[in-house]
Amino acid sequence: MLSEADITTLWLTLKLASVVTVLLLLIGTPVAWWLARTHSPAKGIIGAIVALPLILPPTVLGFYLLLFMGPNGAFGQFTTALGLGTLPFTFWGLVVASLFYSLPFVVQPIQNAFAAIDERHFEVAATLGATPVDRFLSIALPMARPGFISAAILGFAHTVGEFGVILMIGGNIPGETKVVSVQIYDHVEALDYASAHNLSQLMLIFSFTVLLFLYSFQKKWRLTGMNYGN
Amino acid sequence: MLLLPASASVAETTIKLAVASNFAAPVKAIVASYPHTTDNIRVSLGSSGKFYAQIRQGAPFDIFLSADTDKPEKLVAEGFAIESSRFTYGIGKLVLWSGNPRLLQTTPPDWQQLQFDKIAIANPRTAPYGLAAQHYLQQQYPEILTSRQRVTGENIAQAFAYVRSGNAQLGFVALSQVLTLAEQNKGSWWIIPETYYAPILQDAVLLTEAQHNAAALQFYQYLQSAEVAAMIRAFGYDTPEGN
Repeated sequence: MLSEADITTLWLTLKLASVVTVLLLLIGTPVAWWLARTHSPAKGIIGAIVALPLILPPTVLGFYLLLFMGPNGAFGQFTTALGLGTLPFTFWGLVVASLFYSLPFVVQPIQNAFAAIDERHFEVAATLGATPVDRFLSIALPMARPGFISAAILGFAHTVGEFGVILMIGGNIPGETKVVSVQIYDHVEALDYASAHNLSQLMLIFSFTVLLFLYSFQKKWRLTGMNYGN
Repeated sequence: MLLLPASASVAETTIKLAVASNFAAPVKAIVASYPHTTDNIRVSLGSSGKFYAQIRQGAPFDIFLSADTDKPEKLVAEGFAIESSRFTYGIGKLVLWSGNPRLLQTTPPDWQQLQFDKIAIANPRTAPYGLAAQHYLQQQYPEILTSRQRVTGENIAQAFAYVRSGNAQLGFVALSQVLTLAEQNKGSWWIIPETYYAPILQDAVLLTEAQHNAAALQFYQYLQSAEVAAMIRAFGYDTPEGN
């Protein structure tokens, strides 16, 4: 069925999606909190930047990241100055690219969950002497838990499905940057349709199961999604 | 040579070409030079593997310019293309290229001395230029094939992009790609002697769909003319009767 090379790509894909999901929950939470609560005029701009990967062709993102993270790019010169070298063709390069690529899928559900919390909870807590940090940790985070579950599932699944960006900056290195979607593309290009089927079926089942899970439990757990399907 | 069938329709004037990406620049020039300017010629660029899959599923192309000989041959065997029409329109030349004008000389590179972090090649499994590069490296510098210094583009265009953007200091690309660059961007290159790899033959084939499309048949004849062969050579390819 699956070759050893196929299994390597599966593991790498899971590793990438896991690392990206954890980092995005850490980065996305303050962004979502700010977006949900602010009245700043910058809200429109920041919201638009966060949502950009939803409609930007992945090739645009991949092309610019290749230039930006390369030795002649600003970010590439920054990482080189830090002694890290340049990021294209490395696992951490894919992580950085995926942070951009999956950002809206994590920020938006959390943002919606924060926005749905009644302001009066915070006011009551404040009159009882809760500091802003207390209020965030003991009211906002627990009440937004369904948003975090949706965010983690969507961020993970979307990173698993990443293709165009990785194709542009990955360099196809087994165990380092060659993920499942690229492996399927390779099989098709090499006219090895049987291997392409094996992996594709797996991906189809995986994606359907994730969404089935999300939509089945949406009501029960009051999960907040992206701005659709509620 | 193909003969125009008597039943050829005269009304049909759209010619649809499926062209391997590495041939993008020459095909543009060929289409521009075509004397029958009333014909509407539509060029689709892409990978040969994708075109092969699409043609098998009924994609409406008339002519297929592949990056190899394998896929036209398969299409003929499967009844999607016409056997007698198959011919080699270009023979690719592999070069080792660097964006740095001083890195490569006209003499063969000394691999132990060359300073580089990454070297790009096209995927040997899917791209003929990648396979040729692999053959060369197996003979001259096999260590690099299993090294993390080697990065692989999905096709020759991507290997080219890795070098052009500076992410790789060296790469195996097509001579035709380097020749399309402006003079100040050409860097330095070394043409790999053809003794190191099997010739990169690129075959064209007329699809079964097009056998009654008179305009397509006429354009196909033009593709086989000496005039077009000279243009193709100017873009950095060889042609079978060339040199």
